[in-house]
Amino acid sequence: MEELLIMSQAALADSVLKKEEVPAPKIQTKDLALYYGNFRALKNVDISIPPQKITALIGPSGCGKSTLLRVFNRMNDLIRGVRISGQVFLDDQDIYHPDTDLIALRKRAGMVFQRPNPFPISVFKNVAYGPSIHGMASGRELESIVERHLRATGLWDDLKDKLHIPALSLSPEQQQRLCISRLLAVEPEVLLMDEPCSALDPIATARIEDLLFELKKDYTIVIVTHNMQQAARVSSSAGFMLLGELVEFGKTGQLFTNPIDPRTHDYITGRFG
Amino acid sequence: MRKKITESVIEAIIHISASLAIVGLVLIFIFIGKEALHILTSSEVRQEAGLSRLFLPHSPEPGVPKEFAWQPVSDIPKYSLFPLMVGTLKVTLVALLFALPLALGAAIFSSEFAPSWLREIIKPSIELLAGIPSVVLGFFALMVMATAIQNALGLDYRLNAINAGIALGLAVIPIVFTVAEDALTAVPQSFREGSIALGATSWQTAWRVVLPAAFPGIFAACVLGFGRAIGETMIVLMSSGNAAIMSFLPTYPLRSLSATIAAELGEVVHGSPHYHVLFFIGTLLFIFTFILNLIGQLFVERLKDRLSGSRA
Repeated sequence: MEELLIMSQAALADSVLKKEEVPAPKIQTKDLALYYGNFRALKNVDISIPPQKITALIGPSGCGKSTLLRVFNRMNDLIRGVRISGQVFLDDQDIYHPDTDLIALRKRAGMVFQRPNPFPISVFKNVAYGPSIHGMASGRELESIVERHLRATGLWDDLKDKLHIPALSLSPEQQQRLCISRLLAVEPEVLLMDEPCSALDPIATARIEDLLFELKKDYTIVIVTHNMQQAARVSSSAGFMLLGELVEFGKTGQLFTNPIDPRTHDYITGRFG
Repeated sequence: MRKKITESVIEAIIHISASLAIVGLVLIFIFIGKEALHILTSSEVRQEAGLSRLFLPHSPEPGVPKEFAWQPVSDIPKYSLFPLMVGTLKVTLVALLFALPLALGAAIFSSEFAPSWLREIIKPSIELLAGIPSVVLGFFALMVMATAIQNALGLDYRLNAINAGIALGLAVIPIVFTVAEDALTAVPQSFREGSIALGATSWQTAWRVVLPAAFPGIFAACVLGFGRAIGETMIVLMSSGNAAIMSFLPTYPLRSLSATIAAELGEVVHGSPHYHVLFFIGTLLFIFTFILNLIGQLFVERLKDRLSGSRA
């Protein structure tokens, strides 16, 4: 806990020192509510996700953080009986407008899942999948795309000679890296990460976090995590959710050292969770 | 102590019933094989229906050109298995060409695209098809379908391989459908989600992610369908014309191996060469389906390993 405080204070000091202008949010929700049948899973969520930063969503199990993440690329549409009210904007586009092109939306805002889910095909085909379904490249171009995105996640050196082995034969960490490569290959703007390290050991987790740091230069990243240390380590903004509500949202340093809401304080000091 | 005794009794009963199934299978094979073996061992049978007579072209009388003919009850009996094998393959091929696309298409639709209420209707209805007795299917093909197909295609023969193949296909569809559908629904939802989250359409997801993942199961479904088509007797017997003609054309009548046994074994002279040839045909069918299933199993295992990389 102490370590956490020191780290977060550093982050706080960092943000106070820099007088930064506030850029337009990449993702913004307005009075968002979501229902599974009659159950209200999200209520009155107003959140502004800054661009090219890592934003963390924390909270106890069942608080709606994964649900909120899945709102951003409309993955909840796959579940029957989901209703939504309020508005969600990606840049200026209202993504719940009836004319929204879901394919284009999910190409812009892609997802990495809790359990690595590479397709049961070769490593190469996994990364080439996105570009080829979107008609972005073919043949020789695909090879260079695959190389570039395997390099981006640090897999290239290990796998360059075995691009055609089944993706499911990789270690869990490599599988998760591959899933990130696969996502980067469709050239998204937003990476939605649903507890991407929960199936990994601590060393693999640390390396994936390093990777996230690398990636935030080019992408807006939203990460859902159970692990408060992880949220404190990687994110620059953080939101605490409880029972479908966004209780508090702010700079990570602020949220972890000096939370405004007593419920946030109780959660991060470990009173419940 | 008492508990131990009852437990070992129960265990013994289970063991016995499990082994009985295998013993039964082996006994069937031994019995049929024993009767078939006369083809090789008995000189009397060998003279009239030796292996060369069964598989090679043969001229019944000096001066007559060599031919493949199955005429076991003519004055000079002819026992060439070739027309029967061609007939079997012909009708099986038509049946699979008809049944596999329909069954696999239905399986993909039902598992990937149909809303759940529709799926609950499609799956049991197709599976009900499997419950239709094959004699009923054969009767339907003989009385109704044959005329319709003849008129539609303008064929010379009412009963032919197309008619028999489609009727046979109706029996194959439910088997292939059920197994393939189960294989598709068993594909983890996380693969579909991963694909959708990359902006793939549901068709792209089905074709490029779900189908490869389910391929071992789909292949197994096709092998099962093939086995059913090869072994099915009554439908082919009733709807094919049952004429042992040596022709590769699907518009001609045919006689299959299994239908030959069914039609002739009841009236054959016990112990005659003809009798032993029929058992030999049975053995051939047995060995053939056995090998087919074995290859299918091995192939499925290898595919599974390749997909999961457990033996990479």
